[in-house]
Parts: sequence; structure tokens; C-alpha cells
Amino acid sequence: MPCTVSMTVNGKAVSREVEERTLLVTFLRDQLGLTGTHVGCDTSQCGACVVHVDGRSVKSCTMLAAQADGAAVTTIEGLAAADGTLHPMQAAFREHHGLQCGFCTPGMVMSAVDLVTTNPSPSEHEVREGLEGNICRCTGYHNIVKAVMAGAEAMQGGTMKAAAE
Amino acid sequence: MYAFTYHRPKSVADAVALLGQFEDPKLLGGGQTLLPTLKQRLARPSDLIDLGQIPELQGIREEAGGLTVGAFTRHAEVAHSETVRRVIPALASLAEGIGDRQVRNMGTLGGSICNADPSADYPAAIVALKATVRTDRREIAGDDFFTGMFETALEPGEIVTAVHFQKPDKAAYAKFRNPASRYAIVGVFVAVFGSEVRVAVTGAGPSVFRADDMEAALAQDFRADALNGASVSAAGLNADIHASADYRAHLVRVMARRAVEACG
Repeated sequence: MPCTVSMTVNGKAVSREVEERTLLVTFLRDQLGLTGTHVGCDTSQCGACVVHVDGRSVKSCTMLAAQADGAAVTTIEGLAAADGTLHPMQAAFREHHGLQCGFCTPGMVMSAVDLVTTNPSPSEHEVREGLEGNICRCTGYHNIVKAVMAGAEAMQGGTMKAAAE
Repeated sequence: MYAFTYHRPKSVADAVALLGQFEDPKLLGGGQTLLPTLKQRLARPSDLIDLGQIPELQGIREEAGGLTVGAFTRHAEVAHSETVRRVIPALASLAEGIGDRQVRNMGTLGGSICNADPSADYPAAIVALKATVRTDRREIAGDDFFTGMFETALEPGEIVTAVHFQKPDKAAYAKFRNPASRYAIVGVFVAVFGSEVRVAVTGAGPSVFRADDMEAALAQDFRADALNGASVSAAGLNADIHASADYRAHLVRVMARRAVEACG
């Protein structure tokens, strides 16, 4: 049976009729065309699908769109400023080569932003623990961790405009 | 996922009423076990009743010297709660070790204990901290709540509303985790109440259990070395690709020692 779900995605109110079993990631990708959120393992292990729901990072492949009804969702597309200026965490991933193929990157960045929001100056160990739910099969994590540490510092300094969330 | 009808009641009474209306309904907590199960088509409920919008199921408060935690309280909330960290810090650190950050942001206390996964962390705290599980119709002693692998004392249509944990004099939880899933291969929660010592073991058997010999040894002499002569039998313990029954029995003592040492 279809149901109507309404939420705010990247600051914009959206409303769609979907099947009740629709996953949040399917809603974002197929209904809204926001394909920056990736489906990796589809079993809540890899973290490629991480988005923020009411400011908390969640795996959107393990949440129903209906559960997010009424919530504020931020995807990787919502991080950069309106003029295209990258979020400090995105800029840090580019600067520090925190990616190779890029498939895990949207989830890594979303998890990293959530981590730094609750722990503004994480240690290297805390960054590695904070990224437990994200798997990268290319880089071995070294540069990802470097990027998150640098991104955390940049977010602290407020050198770039942080996403509104 | 097979199709189902989704409901989002605003009160426990409404959720109970809904449960009685349908052929094969299921309650949805944070969904971190149920949704993967549905995605694999291992279950086919007619209706999903989402408990996420029921204020009476949420929140953490001090009560009778201990803590009362609403059934829909997420693991991350328990882990970061100043109240939990002050009253029963071992409970906060247990919650912080569940799954990963995103799972902790969704998964709930009620969902975890009602699923009664043999390797879940919370069952060890329920038993060691002499908890009481509150439902829409009664109170169930923590010692009686878990009845087997994925089995609890709940009746059909019964909803867990909160858990009350007693405050121990000291307590700690140590787990040997599966490096991929972070589930407990073996987890041991040690809690001291006056002259009583409780040692609750999760992950090792079909369901959480108390290690009687270890409790007796620690009640006499609360030191890790007091456990040298105590052990749990490997008979009936879980064996899988991650650990044999013998290895799990060994890990129970190692984790119990670590928990005692962490109690300080």
C-alpha cells in the first residue's frame, strides 16, 4: 500500500508517495535523484549510504523512508555551500587524498562530519573508532584518517561555511 | 523486503491496540536487526508498528537510586547521557561498545532485549544489574526475562516500556568482540552490590547466564586472581566459525578477570 512521506532534505521540503517498504536510501536515490548517497553492501555494514537524520549519522539502507517522515535529512549533496564551496571536510578529503575510487567517500564524509560535531578535536584513535561503520576497500584508511583530522581542524577554525543542519 | 502495512502510533495504548488487530504484526524499534531480517526475506510480517513516536517510551531518569531507561532510548543516548555516566558508568560504556556509531544512533534498548540475540550486550547488564523490565501490563525480573536463544518471557502482544537498573557499588563490562560485527563473542558484566557479586555472561551460551562459581569466588575475595580456580563448563556453550565452545569457556574467565580489574 502506498503512503505519503514528507521530510526536509538538504533544507528543502519534499513529499512523495512511496511503497511503505521503501528504504530511505531508495527514496533519496530513486525518488529524489540524490545519487551521491551510495548503496554498497546493502547489509548495514559498509557505511556508503550514511546520511544525517535530524543531525545524527545513520545508515540509510537500514531505515525506512517512513521512519524519516517529518525529519530533517542531510545528504552529501547538502554539505557544500550554495555557491559550490566545499564543506571543510570535503575539502580536506580532496587535499589529503582521502579517497581512491571514491565509492565510500560520501559515507565517510557524512560520518566524519557527525563525529566532529560531537567531538570537535578527535584523536587519531577516536577518528578510527568513529569510522568503524565505514568500510573502504582501496586506501587502507591512512589518508582518510588524515583527512578527517584536518577536516576537524578546519571545521573548528570555521574557515569555510559549515552546512546548515 | 515483502510488502507490509506501516503504522506509527503515538501512545503505548494505541500500539497495544494495533498489535491486537492484525494477523502477524511486528514492533519496530530502531530496526537495526529487524530491517536487515526483512531485507533478506527471513520474516514476513503483515504490519510493522513503529514505536519511534511514542514519548512515554523515551528518556533516561534516576529512580530509587538507580536508573530507568525508556525502551525506545537509543544506544547513543545511553552512551552519552551524563546521568548514566554518573550513576552507572559501566552501562554507558557497554552502550558505547554496541555495533558502530550509526547502529548506536538508531538501535534501542527495548529492541535489543526483545530480540534477545545470544551475543547482544544489553542482556548481560539486565541480569548483572538486577534490572526490572517493565511492560504495558507488568514487571518482569531481569533474571527471568531471557528464556532462551531469541526467546523472552514476553507474551504475544506485550510491549516493553522501560527498564529499571539498580545502582551497583561498582561494576564493569568486558567483551571480546567480533571484529566485523562488534557483537560479543563473549561479554561479561560484573556488578557488586554489598556482599553480593553478580557475574552475567552473554555471547557464550544460547542466552545470558550467571557464572555461579565465579560469583562465589569473587564474593569471598574480589580480585581477578580469585577467578583462577573458577571456570564455566564448555558443555552447551555456543560454537561457530568465530569461536569453539572451549575457547568461549576460556574467554569467559579472561573477560571476567578484565571486568573485575576494571571495577578497580
